[in-house]
Amino acid sequence: MRILSWAYLVLIFVFILLPVVALVVFSFQDGRLPVPPLKGFTLKWYAEVIADRDLMAALWNSFIVAFGSSAVALVLGFLAASGLARVALPGSVVMRGVLIAPMTVSYLIIGLGLLQIFNKLGLRPSLLATGIGHVVINLPLCFSIIYAAMGEHQRNALRAARDLGAREWQVLALVSAPMLAPALAASFFLSVTFSWDEFIIAFLLTRFDITLPVEIWSMLRSGLSPKTNAIGSLVFLVSVAIVVTLELTLFRKPRP
Amino acid sequence: MSIERFERKQGAALVAPALLWTLAFFILPFAAMIWMSLAHLEGREIVTGPGLGNYVRIFSEPSLLRGIRVSLEISAIVTVVSVILAWPLAWIIATRVPPRWRRLALLLAVLPFWTSYVVRSYSWALVLGENGLVMQTLVQSGILDAPVQIMATRAATIIGFIHFFVMLLTLTIYSNLVQLSPNYARAAEDLGASRLQVIFLVILPLTLPGVMTGAFLTFVLCIGDYITPQILGGNSELTLPQLIMLQLGRRGDYPMASALAVVLMVLVTLAYAACARWLKMERV
Repeated sequence: MRILSWAYLVLIFVFILLPVVALVVFSFQDGRLPVPPLKGFTLKWYAEVIADRDLMAALWNSFIVAFGSSAVALVLGFLAASGLARVALPGSVVMRGVLIAPMTVSYLIIGLGLLQIFNKLGLRPSLLATGIGHVVINLPLCFSIIYAAMGEHQRNALRAARDLGAREWQVLALVSAPMLAPALAASFFLSVTFSWDEFIIAFLLTRFDITLPVEIWSMLRSGLSPKTNAIGSLVFLVSVAIVVTLELTLFRKPRP
Repeated sequence: MSIERFERKQGAALVAPALLWTLAFFILPFAAMIWMSLAHLEGREIVTGPGLGNYVRIFSEPSLLRGIRVSLEISAIVTVVSVILAWPLAWIIATRVPPRWRRLALLLAVLPFWTSYVVRSYSWALVLGENGLVMQTLVQSGILDAPVQIMATRAATIIGFIHFFVMLLTLTIYSNLVQLSPNYARAAEDLGASRLQVIFLVILPLTLPGVMTGAFLTFVLCIGDYITPQILGGNSELTLPQLIMLQLGRRGDYPMASALAVVLMVLVTLAYAACARWLKMERV
C-alpha cells in the first residue's frame, strides 16, 4: 500500500509537471524548434520577447483590462453585497440569483451575446468592450465572496456608525470596507487572475489592441517556437513568484 | 421614515448599479442571442423572422449533430478519468504525505495552474508532437517502433483536458477529505474493516458530494471550452464550441452560432438537472 501510494504520487506528478517543465526547459533551446534534443543554452528567445513591441503592448493591455475590470467588479460587487446584506429587500432572492447567474454560463456564450449587442450599438471591438465583458464574469465572483463574508455583526456595526452620525459613504468607506478587507482583497486578486488569463471573450471583443492570451494565440499559428516557450515561461514564473510570496507572507497561517 | 424603510431604500440604491450592469451586459445580450438563434442567414443578410430553422438543421445535418456527440463524449470521458485519477492523489496527499509536506505537495499538484490557459495547451502540443518529448522517449527506449500520431486527434484534446481537471478535482476532493473526521475511519477499523474496505465503503461515499460538485464543474467547463480542442485536437473532430466559432468566423452566421450556443446551454442545464441532488454549490 505504501509503495503503491508513492509510486502513484511520482507518476501523477510526472504527468502534471511534464508539460510545464518541457515549456521552461525548451525556452532556453539554442535552435529553432523547442523539441529534443536540447542543443544548448541561450537566452536569446527571452531577449526577443522583451524586444517584441506587439507582445509588450499586449502585456500592458492585459494589465489595464485586468486591473480596470476588477476594480469595477469589486466596487459594484461590494455595493450590491452591502445593499443585500443589510435588509431583506422585496425580491432579494431574485436579485441575488440575477447577480450570480453569469457564473453558470460559459464564457463563450457571454462573449457571443456581448458581441451581438455591441454590434447593434456600434461599439467596436476594443479593450473597453473586453473590460465590460470581464466585469460581467467577475462581478458574481466579487459579489458572492463579499456577501458571504458579511454577517450579523456587520449589520450592527453599520447601524451603530449611522446612529453616531456617519453619512452613508462614510459608513461604507470607513466602517464596512476595512472590516471586509480580507474578502475585498481576495475577490480583487481572484478577479485579476481570471481577467488576466481570459481568452475567448477577449478574442471575440478585441481587434487591434489585443490582450496577452490573444497575442499568444496568434503566435501559435506559426507553429512551435522557443519564443512562445519563453513568453509562456515568463508568465508562469512571474505568477509562481507572486503566489509563493503571498503564501509566505499574507496567507501564512499559524501552525496548529 | 422608519429605520427599516430608510435602510430598504438605501439597500435598493446600493444594489442598483450591479443589477443594472448585469441586466445590460448579461441578461439583455443573452436574450438577444436567443432571439438571434431564431433568425437565419440569406446571402450575407440576417433575416429576423422567428423560426426554428437553425435547430432543425442542427439535428438533421450530420456535421453539426456530430459536434454535439463529440463534445458529449469528450466531456464524459474527461470527467470520469479525471475523477479516477484525482481521487487517489487527493487521498494520498491528505493521508499518506507527512503533514509538514502537505502544503508543498498540494502546491506542486496544481503548479501548472499558474501558467496561462492558452500556454498550458500549447505546452502539451510541445510534448505530444511527433518529435516531441514523449514520442522521442518512447521511440528511443524501444517501446514504440515509430512515433504515433497523437496531436490533432481526440486523444490530445482529452489528455490536455485531463491534465487541467485532475488539478481542479484534486483541490476540491482534498478540501473535502481534510474536513472528514478521522473517527469514521477509526470506527470502521475497530469494527473489523480492512484498509480497502475503509476507503471504498466509508471514505469514498463520504466524499461523494464534493466529488459530484467537482465532476459537474469539470463537465461544464470542459464542454464549453474552445481553446484546448482547437490547439490540441485541431480540425479533426470539431466540438460544439469549435463549431460555434467556425460559424462566426467563416460566414458570419450569427444565427447558427447562437442556436448552437443555446444547444450548449441546454446540455449544461441537463447536466445540472442530472446531478442536482448531489450538488452543494456553496462548497466550491
